[in-house]
Amino acid sequence: MLNVGKIEEGYVLDHIEAGQSLELYKHLGLADMDCTVAMIQNAKSSKMGRKDILKVECGIEELNMDVLAVINHNITVNVVKDGEIVEKKELTLPKQIKNVFKCTNPRCITSIEQELPHIFILADEDKGIYRCKYCEEKVGKGDGSKKKNR
Amino acid sequence: MRHLMSPLDFTTEELDRLFDLAGDIERNPGKYSHICQGKQLATCFYEPSTRTRLSFESAMLSLGGEVLGFSEASSSSASKGESVSDTIRIISCYADICAMRHPKEGAPMVAMQHSSIPVINAGDGGHQHPTQTLTDLLTIRSLKGRLNNFTIGLCGDLKFGRTVHSLINALIRYDNIKFIFISPEELRIPEYITEKLKELNIDYEEVISLDDVMPKLDLLYMTRVQRERFFNEEDYIRLKDFYILNKAKMAKAKDDMLVLHPLPRVNEISVEVDDDPRAVYFKQALYGKYVRMALIITLLELN
Repeated sequence: MLNVGKIEEGYVLDHIEAGQSLELYKHLGLADMDCTVAMIQNAKSSKMGRKDILKVECGIEELNMDVLAVINHNITVNVVKDGEIVEKKELTLPKQIKNVFKCTNPRCITSIEQELPHIFILADEDKGIYRCKYCEEKVGKGDGSKKKNR
Repeated sequence: MRHLMSPLDFTTEELDRLFDLAGDIERNPGKYSHICQGKQLATCFYEPSTRTRLSFESAMLSLGGEVLGFSEASSSSASKGESVSDTIRIISCYADICAMRHPKEGAPMVAMQHSSIPVINAGDGGHQHPTQTLTDLLTIRSLKGRLNNFTIGLCGDLKFGRTVHSLINALIRYDNIKFIFISPEELRIPEYITEKLKELNIDYEEVISLDDVMPKLDLLYMTRVQRERFFNEEDYIRLKDFYILNKAKMAKAKDDMLVLHPLPRVNEISVEVDDDPRAVYFKQALYGKYVRMALIITLLELN
């Protein structure tokens, strides 16, 4: 059993689908933040079989919860302060997300005008489907920037 | 200030008012021949489209207004790398209203966000072509007398055909419309549309044979397989002549069925059908002018 130490302040993101933590790391912009990150992959889970866990030592206002919700709103978000879990955050899908995913439709205006923000609007709350504000290309939960048919 | 990005930007009540105005223009053109005097329409066409551009220009000229613009990207500053948002800021200084066609989807929306004048989406890639949809709706309403209670067959390129997608989205707001999608396997209607129809409990079927469904139709909307939407020339050549509407097929249709086509037509409607009174695609082009006249008046708030 691998042991990773406690964090004093920050987040423990639990019940991440196995293999998804790298994607989260990227979309949360953790590489660009001044924080310590522990990534546990393929941990045994009674609930999920296998899961990933991310421990992020950072200020508790620093993490973009919208990104987490879009990628997988089943992730458990534990807020840690003074070494203790003080809150379990519920994730809700934001109405709009900006510059989290890139629109991959080669016919979209964002493919040629680099300065445009990549904005997706929540089109179907139940299915977690977002559509590009400009071309309505679909991106769904956990899809990352994969191509999807409209 | 209002813009037109999608046919759904207007409620059905607003569309009724627009179509009533278009009908009045058709009956009394003289009443509107100077209404846009001193106003200028900019037609910003980043890809060629004779029909839509001329329709807009003819509409503005018939209202007593003036027209300026460009008809391909190479004759605009886009060829120097200017962004759509910069271009519209400049156009806003010169014109009172802008009609924009662009090969990239969402370009008119980008323009709208930076514009101080009304912007009309005159077609953006395979995405939306709202004024064609308004044309289609006005044609149906004028010639059928209603926008509800009919079975419409949509035939040809249902995958990339933006006119088809826009028309479906507009028609689902009316009661008791049944859709029959007629296409080869490779050009089937996108799943997101059939999903929406299922959710709304709207009757539809997908078929390959046009012959089989002809007797059921009140309206047949033919489309061209568009070369410019294909990345692969071989696929285009294989599919371009999949459907050809001819006299033999028309003989199977109802006496009051109407054939619409956004035009230009290539081979998908044989010229022998043109003289059939049910073939209304050339009349449809005229309705396109009336609806654009009504739209310009409405967006410029001159009515």
